[in-house]
Amino acid sequence: MRRSIRLSIVTAAAASLVLTGCGGGDGDDTAATPTEDAAAGDGTTITMWVDETRLGPVQEAADGFTAETGIKVELIQKNFEDLGPDFVAQVPTGEGPDITVCTHDGIGGWIQNGVVAPLALGDLTDQFEDVAIQAFTHDGQVFGLPYAIENVGLIRNVDLAPEAPATWDDAVAAAAAAGVTDFPVLVQTGTGGDPFTYYPIQTSFGAPVFEQNADGSYTDTLGMGGDNGHAFAQWLHDKGAAGQLSTDLTYDLAVEKFASGEYPFIIGGPWMLDSFKDLNLSIDAIPSAGGQPAQPFVGVQGFCLSSQSQNTVAATNFITNYLSTEAVQTALFKAGNRPPAQRDAAAAAASDPIVAQWAAVGANGVPMPAIPAMAQVWTFWGDTQAAIISGTAADPAAAWDKMIADIQAAIG
Amino acid sequence: MATTTKTVGTKQAKRERTSHATNWGRGFIVKLILMMAIDALGVYGLLATWQTDQMGLFAGLAVLLVAANYIYFARRTLPLKYIYPGLAFLLVFQLFVIGYTFYVAFTNFGDGHNVTKPQAIEALLQQAERQVPGTNAYPVAVVEKGDELGLAVVAQDGSTCAGAVAGDVCLGTAEDPLSVVDGATVANGRPTDVPGWQVLNLQQIISRQDDVADLRVPVSDDPEDGSIRTPDGTNAFEFKSTLEFDEATDTMVDTATGTVFHPNDRGQFEAEDGTRLPVGWRVSVGWENFSTAFTDARYAGPFWRVLAWTVSFAFLSVATTFLLGLFLATVFNEPRLKGRKIYRTLMIFPYAIPGFLAALIWSGMLNRSFGFINQVLLGGAAIPWLTDPWLARLSVLGVNLWLGFPYMFLICTGALQSLPDDVLEASRVDGASAWRQFRSIKMPLLLVSTAPLLISSFAFNFNNFTLIYMLTRGGPRFADASVPIGHTDILISMVYSVSGLDGTAAKNYGLASALSIVVFIVVGTVSAIAFRQTRKLEEVM
Repeated sequence: MRRSIRLSIVTAAAASLVLTGCGGGDGDDTAATPTEDAAAGDGTTITMWVDETRLGPVQEAADGFTAETGIKVELIQKNFEDLGPDFVAQVPTGEGPDITVCTHDGIGGWIQNGVVAPLALGDLTDQFEDVAIQAFTHDGQVFGLPYAIENVGLIRNVDLAPEAPATWDDAVAAAAAAGVTDFPVLVQTGTGGDPFTYYPIQTSFGAPVFEQNADGSYTDTLGMGGDNGHAFAQWLHDKGAAGQLSTDLTYDLAVEKFASGEYPFIIGGPWMLDSFKDLNLSIDAIPSAGGQPAQPFVGVQGFCLSSQSQNTVAATNFITNYLSTEAVQTALFKAGNRPPAQRDAAAAAASDPIVAQWAAVGANGVPMPAIPAMAQVWTFWGDTQAAIISGTAADPAAAWDKMIADIQAAIG
Repeated sequence: MATTTKTVGTKQAKRERTSHATNWGRGFIVKLILMMAIDALGVYGLLATWQTDQMGLFAGLAVLLVAANYIYFARRTLPLKYIYPGLAFLLVFQLFVIGYTFYVAFTNFGDGHNVTKPQAIEALLQQAERQVPGTNAYPVAVVEKGDELGLAVVAQDGSTCAGAVAGDVCLGTAEDPLSVVDGATVANGRPTDVPGWQVLNLQQIISRQDDVADLRVPVSDDPEDGSIRTPDGTNAFEFKSTLEFDEATDTMVDTATGTVFHPNDRGQFEAEDGTRLPVGWRVSVGWENFSTAFTDARYAGPFWRVLAWTVSFAFLSVATTFLLGLFLATVFNEPRLKGRKIYRTLMIFPYAIPGFLAALIWSGMLNRSFGFINQVLLGGAAIPWLTDPWLARLSVLGVNLWLGFPYMFLICTGALQSLPDDVLEASRVDGASAWRQFRSIKMPLLLVSTAPLLISSFAFNFNNFTLIYMLTRGGPRFADASVPIGHTDILISMVYSVSGLDGTAAKNYGLASALSIVVFIVVGTVSAIAFRQTRKLEEVM
């Protein structure tokens, strides 16, 4: 498979060489041989992977870059969820891009896989929110230029629930007052569970997925076992049995129900807002179920540089001097609805109360772990939650302990 | 006898002399032009692979190209022209893939061992080069004298380069550390003119970006002070590397602690005390992936259960779809039935819907609380179609029956219509009942033509990944297994999830390839035996 793709690329490369009438020669196939007097940037093209939402703003930044430097930027649109896996697979083959849109939680694995290069941002870091830079920082090196911060929060239909609930029970009471009988808070679950959406509830029981060092970085030690984990498992079991949570409630169904205007609360992120355009909304902290603050995962999106880039200077220049500007960051915010990572853009965006509310919820969040071990956690975690909620795991504490043991074995 | 052979021989010889392998006819010229085009393309392919250092691809392309020319121009090999294109594509698209899978099965290719060793070393060195804490960014001028590159910065204080005061311009090259230069012009904090050097603009920098990216200008004679480098051509920073690669001994050295990291046989640099550097590379691990599949308790138990379900699933799928298809084909083959063309067309519908789409739709319809089946057809019953182990298996078989029977219906209809009327008529004259006719004549004749299709259908269902992935994703999970495998997982979907290809676990291409080979052997063996058996069916003719 890989080879056939490469072959077609070679064929395409061969064809393009024929078409450009360039015989090739000096060993660097990415930059056509520049002659002494020609505008030298002309031959250089940097390649960038970008998802559909980000395509427009990045294209504008790229046009400006090309106009000023003569360096072309070839944008390749990919599905957001394909960006990471494809990047890891293709960078080692030499067919990867110079730059890609990336999320901070993948960085740990990318470092281990040798596909991402550190960026020297220098003073530029001061222009970005600390949490965003920290998320992309590993062992003192910054591996991405952030552009957006995202997290889940409690989306509240103001018409049905005028007050933000502080605890889960408050939310249940408010929902009952609004006439909701089945799901007081819509929490997308699905048959595979949804640990990401459930995480703030879990942290309210004091059961973080991994333990953190004093500086906020994550260790390989699981933190969600023990009594706090059991209490959360028991809670899932009880609420599942009571019908407040259900593995039948998929993302689509949850969004559809909330969009109907009959439900006061849903736990979700900014990506849902396009579906709720007709509703009066407020974004609040997620109600605590276990007594402690409910801390959602904070995800940071950014731009990352390939370790195998043949155009590091041009690519780094594009990232640090063009993609980092307030105008581009604001354009990215308008396209993606997520609060910007750049301070000036964030300040401007915060004039929209909803954006400011998202940011306020995110300020109490915790960064999603970016350590490679995190990749081993999701399936066990989600499946166990689903089994407890649906009642197939009759003893929630035992199921939770088995999950901890299985994850531990998988991490090795 | 002998004379005849001789005549034929001379005729052949004569024909060969005028063979169109070398005959300058119109056809030959067309061929020549086509071959020239193919050769041109091939040669550019060779150049491209040579330049990107892909030697395996280069060699393969060269062999294919030489073979093509030999075959199309040599007289003896000309008949090969009919099969050569097919053969070439078979090699590229099939045999190569199989060969590559075998190769990967014996490596630890996967997360943590994703790159080659030189790439891993490069990545480690990139990651180890850190900005010296507390140092600032310098607006930089990249300067050139002849072929030599240098960096010029404006000193912020005396620490920038020896003897400098703030505002002085310091210049250095890869060999010479930063030192003060006189007579330089500065604008906006950036040197714009340095006597004896040409200041490069961004375009010129980009055209030499490999050299610029590699340029490290030592801050002083003491390497401990680090060096300045410009990652983007406009700003420079002071960097210091914490790792050094020693090519002679093939080791990594931590410059701060002096720890020496040796490459181990798992494809990672490892120190005496067991600490490892983060980036690993692919190495051969022998039969380890195969033994993991069968001996690691976490995989071995589920593996046999999954294998049992896979075989049952494939067998039952073929059996149910074939029986339903045959039944319907027989019914709709009855000439007395009115409007059977319309019925037949309707029967084909499930076949016309893409399988993955149908499976997705079904997974929605079978949702316990909101699905169409429970809500509308069963009046709100909460039957866990996809979450109860046995019901999930039943649902998988049911959906596959819905998806698969039109195919069987089609081939059975075709086979039934091609049955010889005379045999059937003779049996009717002999007084055979309809059942007897079906059992002794139609069925045996039908099996002759459909048995190979049933076998290929078995092989297809054995690897029917789309259905399982879209319908249940293998769920519900085995409650007692320690790997994320479920009751409806078939071998290939199990491979997909245990090797992390679905992104929910660390990727392990080596294990995935090894398991795929096991699946390949099982399917291959079953098919080979079954095909051998079908020869017996033909004896009824």
